Amino acid sequence: MWSWISSNWSLIWELTKQNAFLGVVPPLIGLAISLPLGVAAARWRWFYPPTLVVVNVLYAIPSLALFVALIAEFGLTDTPVVIGLTVYSLCVILPNVVAGLRGVPASVKQAATAMGYGPLRRLLTVELPLATPVIIAGLRVGVVSSVSLASVGQILGVSSLGYLFVDGEQRSFPTEIYVGLFVVIALAVVCDLVLVGVRRALTPWASGRNRAAGPRPRWVLSAQPATPATPAGGTRS
Amino acid sequence: MSYFSYAWDWVTTSANWRGSGGIPHQILAHLGYSGLPLLVAALIAVPLGVVIGHTGRGAVFVVNVANAWRAIPTLGLLVLIAVYQWPTLLTWLIPLVVLAIPPILVNVYEGVAGVDPGVKDAAKGMGMTPWQQVIKVEIPIALPLILVGLRTGAIFVIATATIAAYIGLGGLGRFIIDGLANINYNEVAGGALLVVILALLVLGLFSLLSRLLVPAGLRGAGRDNQ
Repeated sequence: MWSWISSNWSLIWELTKQNAFLGVVPPLIGLAISLPLGVAAARWRWFYPPTLVVVNVLYAIPSLALFVALIAEFGLTDTPVVIGLTVYSLCVILPNVVAGLRGVPASVKQAATAMGYGPLRRLLTVELPLATPVIIAGLRVGVVSSVSLASVGQILGVSSLGYLFVDGEQRSFPTEIYVGLFVVIALAVVCDLVLVGVRRALTPWASGRNRAAGPRPRWVLSAQPATPATPAGGTRS
Repeated sequence: MSYFSYAWDWVTTSANWRGSGGIPHQILAHLGYSGLPLLVAALIAVPLGVVIGHTGRGAVFVVNVANAWRAIPTLGLLVLIAVYQWPTLLTWLIPLVVLAIPPILVNVYEGVAGVDPGVKDAAKGMGMTPWQQVIKVEIPIALPLILVGLRTGAIFVIATATIAAYIGLGGLGRFIIDGLANINYNEVAGGALLVVILALLVLGLFSLLSRLLVPAGLRGAGRDNQ
């Protein structure tokens, strides 16, 4: 096992970089699309239910079928997989953006308005920072799912750590598959931890380690939705 | 729109609708390969989720494990089991059940644990036994989320069963994998289209079920949740 790893080190590293790209970029694009949509959905209530129907329909499309359709349109490059994973990421991030913004207590918003904040300044400096923990929770799900789901593209020839699965299967060589599983999961965990760090840096008041700043205000706790807006649990494929 | 024209050409070719590898046969196979794991997963995850939600025991553990499950790449799990050539039922049923359990378990747990404590107290105060509280109060109130869990599980299983064609399973994924092997892109596109239609029909079925089963007073409770 170790000899295979050491002799294929550069291959594993290249695939890992490629897989990291496919795992990280789509959720970031998904976040960029989710923010304006989420702000609109939190502001105009009628806008959200139809958006949620679209999100549920898109999320139901099996990945292999979505990649096939997108490859037929965009050719065999990274683009179709990036678009497909962006769609799935959008589906898990958008509900969290809406839940995060709706979780900001009315009293806090009124206080900001009373202090003379305009709608845009209030959104950027009060509502979005308070919604950040919930939004990052959605981003974490998007990144972990994308890292793991990118491997499906390998069946169609889009390079990722899935190469180790496909190649290992064709050669009936379990070591290669074990290495692939380990690296995919390790990559997902690393990305997840980075996002936890980002959340701590962006929202120091919400961090459990920051006890010196005094007890957490109640409204920070209540910014967490009672039930996670993100589709909970499990591997989608 | 080249994709749809390829797919449409293939789906409307009557020869593809005949024989043991034809479209109707593979649709039924796909339903079987998705339905059985979903049923087994539901039989395990629904009671377990209700127990955890009702008692609160093991909740943190279950939710964290279920969320960590996301990092497991489906394709890796399937090919790993395939290379060991374990008996066939084990090869396809076990991974599909394993992948369907977490979304069902977490949603059932969230639904039951999220029942308003005031409502639970009222049920107890009316003299209901714990069993009656669970069956008559907590499960009906949790039903929107339980259905969301089953729906998510069904969607995951249908998608995973498609990928499982790669390790030789029947079903609609066959057309995608065989089409790639034979360089017949119409077949690949057609198979993908049928999988999408099947997944959307199942989604529609669950939205119908939630209309029929969820008590009138609770409609809309699950709407804001995925």
